Amino acid sequence: MSRIAPLDAARARNHPAYWAFLAHRLSGAALALFLPAHFYVLGTAVEADAFNQAIAWTSSLPVKLMEALLVSALAIHLAGGLRLLALEFLPWSPQQKSRIAIAFGFALAVGLIFLFQALR
Amino acid sequence: MAQRMELWLYVVQRLTAMILAPLVLLHLGVILYAIQGGVTGEEILARTQGSLGWMLVYGLFVLSAGLHGAIGLRGIVRELLGWHGPSLNLAALAFAVGLIWLGLRAVGAVT
Amino acid sequence: MTSADRTATAPGNGLTILKLSIWRGAEEGRFEEFEIPAEDRMTVLDAVTIVQRKLDPSLSYRFACRVGVCGSCAMMVNGTPRWTCRTHVSKVVRDGQITLAPLRSLPVIKDLATDMSTFFEKNEKAGGRFVPSREGHRDIVSVDPKSRQRKRADAAIECIGCGVCYASCDVVAWNKDYLGPAALNRAWSLVNDERDGDKAGHLKKVAVDAGCHACHSHQACANNCPQMLNPTASIAGLKREIFAAALKGEL
Repeated sequence: MSRIAPLDAARARNHPAYWAFLAHRLSGAALALFLPAHFYVLGTAVEADAFNQAIAWTSSLPVKLMEALLVSALAIHLAGGLRLLALEFLPWSPQQKSRIAIAFGFALAVGLIFLFQALR
Repeated sequence: MAQRMELWLYVVQRLTAMILAPLVLLHLGVILYAIQGGVTGEEILARTQGSLGWMLVYGLFVLSAGLHGAIGLRGIVRELLGWHGPSLNLAALAFAVGLIWLGLRAVGAVT
Repeated sequence: MTSADRTATAPGNGLTILKLSIWRGAEEGRFEEFEIPAEDRMTVLDAVTIVQRKLDPSLSYRFACRVGVCGSCAMMVNGTPRWTCRTHVSKVVRDGQITLAPLRSLPVIKDLATDMSTFFEKNEKAGGRFVPSREGHRDIVSVDPKSRQRKRADAAIECIGCGVCYASCDVVAWNKDYLGPAALNRAWSLVNDERDGDKAGHLKKVAVDAGCHACHSHQACANNCPQMLNPTASIAGLKREIFAAALKGEL
């Protein structure tokens, strides 16, 4: 029996380094599960037409939004990953929270730029 | 043996991360550029077909991502499901091999 | 002194009655509810002591120094591990209520007292023992306090083994073999002790399954350490040294 109330456990995890961990783990899992489909579809590009047919369903707005999320996932995983590489390979910096903020900001920017580019 | 495996998986994970960082940055750049007006097969092939450079870049990308993703998923599965031991390692290896095979096939298709 | 003499309100929130929900039992058990008069500047240790002395003498809990130097009073307060003697009720009370539970990830002996054996065993497993490099009767080794190694050891050395970091860590909760932040922090302080005779040995002991590489840098340990230590930074240091040593074939 857990002796910690779920709400208390959630509160204990409510800090930047944990959000960063969660974003990194979720984005990593999403990307790893997305890649097989991505590679499979690209594999049809032996023939330009075959590829165009394979992705025909992706031109709708909901799909564009999902793609924006995926691209943001890639961006947050990259930025978070660079943060971790710095954390583990460089001497400890007191700027940990700033780095986390920059990583999330970068991912948001990439996602928005993608949407802007995709919708015009 | 298993004692040092975690160490080497960690080393490979971080080394592939260092390789992937510039490749992902490049890939994001390509995505944000190419998504304008939608992506077509013609557009992709015009950029990559017959290019040794893109073949090497994407080939390296696929190898690194395959290893990195498999090791990452293995870690998640171990912590959340408690799955461990040789069967997990085999599954992770199978995922890596499968992903790399699909990926190199894709690289072959577009270059 | 009767309880009637002690019904002053806690500053700022008008609290007169404090409700406590306290774990009773061992691994199996339940939360029991108690009510005591709230007092000005009351600590959680004050509160649990009043419960035990005035309401239920069978309640088991630990404390020793009650002034924040021994770490004995560590327990989960509203889901976060804290030293009860250094936690003001007014800082943690929610809707006039506090929940007390034994430290997470440790077997419960009774009520709020846990069995710390695995915590200390992991310290041994992680090689938390100084390895002498010369006979003891030689002259004292001169260690420059400004050296990088000494500064790193200084930053990690004040751990008193209270278990708060261990109870804070999700990886400890998810992986019962994980050595944990305190043991790894101690290993780091020895790795940076230039008098220690077996740096490679220390690194080898933590470069194992469920060793330092299992850390995901959540930093809950650093956030909660009452001594303001940073096990995440220590573990990052271990990862760094091991990476270099592994690539050089020294492990």
